[in-house]
Amino acid sequence: MDILVFVCAAAMILCGALGVVTLRHPVHAALSLVLTLFGVAVLFVAQNAHFLAVAQVIVYAGAIVVLFLFVIMLLGVDRVEDLHAEPFKVQRPLAIVSGVALAGLLIAAVVASQHTNVAARGAGLPGVNPVRNDLHDGNIVALSKDLFSGHVLAFELTSVLLVIAVVATVLLARRSRGIDAAPTDGQAT
Amino acid sequence: MLSLDLLPHSLTLATVLIILLKVVVIFVLGLVGTMLMVWFERKVISGMQNRIGPNKAGPWGLLQTLADGVKLFFKEDLIPDKSDRFVFKMAPFLAFVPAFLVWSVIPLGGDFSGGRDGSFSMFGHRTWMQLADPPIGILLVLALSSIAVYGVMLAGWSSGSKYPLLGSVRASAQMISYEAALGLSLAAVILVSGTLSTHGIVLGQSSVSRWSVIATGLLPFIVFMIAATAELNRPPFDLVEAESELVSGFNTEYSSIRFALFYLAEFMNTITMSGIIVTLFFGGPQPVRFDIGSLHVDPNLHLGVLSGTVWFLLKLLVFLYIYVWLRATLPRLRYDQLMNLGWKLLIPVALWWFIVLAALRIGDERTPRWNKGVVLAIGAAVFIAGATLLVVANGVARRNREREGAMF
Repeated sequence: MDILVFVCAAAMILCGALGVVTLRHPVHAALSLVLTLFGVAVLFVAQNAHFLAVAQVIVYAGAIVVLFLFVIMLLGVDRVEDLHAEPFKVQRPLAIVSGVALAGLLIAAVVASQHTNVAARGAGLPGVNPVRNDLHDGNIVALSKDLFSGHVLAFELTSVLLVIAVVATVLLARRSRGIDAAPTDGQAT
Repeated sequence: MLSLDLLPHSLTLATVLIILLKVVVIFVLGLVGTMLMVWFERKVISGMQNRIGPNKAGPWGLLQTLADGVKLFFKEDLIPDKSDRFVFKMAPFLAFVPAFLVWSVIPLGGDFSGGRDGSFSMFGHRTWMQLADPPIGILLVLALSSIAVYGVMLAGWSSGSKYPLLGSVRASAQMISYEAALGLSLAAVILVSGTLSTHGIVLGQSSVSRWSVIATGLLPFIVFMIAATAELNRPPFDLVEAESELVSGFNTEYSSIRFALFYLAEFMNTITMSGIIVTLFFGGPQPVRFDIGSLHVDPNLHLGVLSGTVWFLLKLLVFLYIYVWLRATLPRLRYDQLMNLGWKLLIPVALWWFIVLAALRIGDERTPRWNKGVVLAIGAAVFIAGATLLVVANGVARRNREREGAMF
């Protein structure tokens, strides 16, 4: 049963990932990304990490990819892009090198993790006790205790980072009055 | 995978039968309920507008929806030339399937009178009148409503036509904005009930004074109600299909059965969202039990397992009526009014009230307990300071916009 779920979810993830890279149409690529995110959510559920699964769907599939699509539709870039003209010549070799390096890193991590804590397997999170089904809280208690005690500084720093991003976006989106106002007014009238 | 089961037990023939039976019953009830809802809405609105409404097909026009459905089935299925065919065909299902899946976590009945937990026996297993009770419970509803955004959005985009695209861009912006307010008011309920499971939330609301609508202090309910209406794209928030501006919005290019799927999803969402409101704030299938001071009212319908269903339906009908009432009464909001209401009023208010509730809860757990009056006074002070800041900021923004030449 476990292996069946894993194979299906892995197929979903791989198909989605390949689709993101190979599909020419931006909207189709974004939809493939949704497929990948759902596959990851299925894997989370199979690992009893229910909260992570639902957060994955709400945040990534429900908000971030919708935002991608929103921008694609709003800016009208939803047509096939010509990828033959390369702005930077070194881009592709560099991408290959970093891709291989990332793959190597991931494989190394998987190999290394086989020798570490086996008891934590199926717990969804490393270091958290294996979740019992009768607890019936979708490991929210364990997750929040971990997040708000041990990692509270990192958590708060992340929120500060998000606020900075919002402020920066507002600043960039705001038209500076001295430079831009005159031509825009001219166009409007 | 078995963690999605109701009541942990091993997979036997009986459990499979129970689950299959529940799925079939919910599927049929969902479709019939949607059919009746369409009839109900048309009948009530025509009553409010001094018309008769559907009255030809069947007694009181009850079969009108069925007739409309048959007509839609046999109409020609048009696919526009400029459309993205695959996405165009997929979009109605993305709207329809989430609408159905929400049913699975709503507690639909069971005997809760006299403090029972609503479980009953079936093929020798104790089970609840609810398809699934996953540990994430109510969050599943949020996840599904965020998937439903895709249906509307992709339908508009894939039509390859202007008005549907405008409708879908509006829809996605609106639904994402109001999801935040929806989630924050939901968080207040979760905070008070201490569980995510819908069955647990219902169990905690055993008498009227413990209903979440009172336990969370009414405010989250009001925010949830408004945000849910916006999330459903129902009037007065139906900018998605503003007929006077956008022909019919995101579904303009759809015809035949694909259009019927959108139509069904819309009405089914109204029913499920009312069900969610009843579950979260009004005790779901719990009877209306008063237990205040010396006043004890414990109505028992003596219907056994079905009594919970009767209570649930009675409460549900109130909200369905309210939704129809809103549609018949209120004019449509302008787009900037919609966004202002969501971002500048509902989200800050819901967030502030959530923090106050959390403070009260922490105060209750401490020894000595915090003085509730002091906590509320500090909360009020924070509210006044925050509201003043927000009003001032809005004023500055408005003046800047006017100086630069307003865009809208």
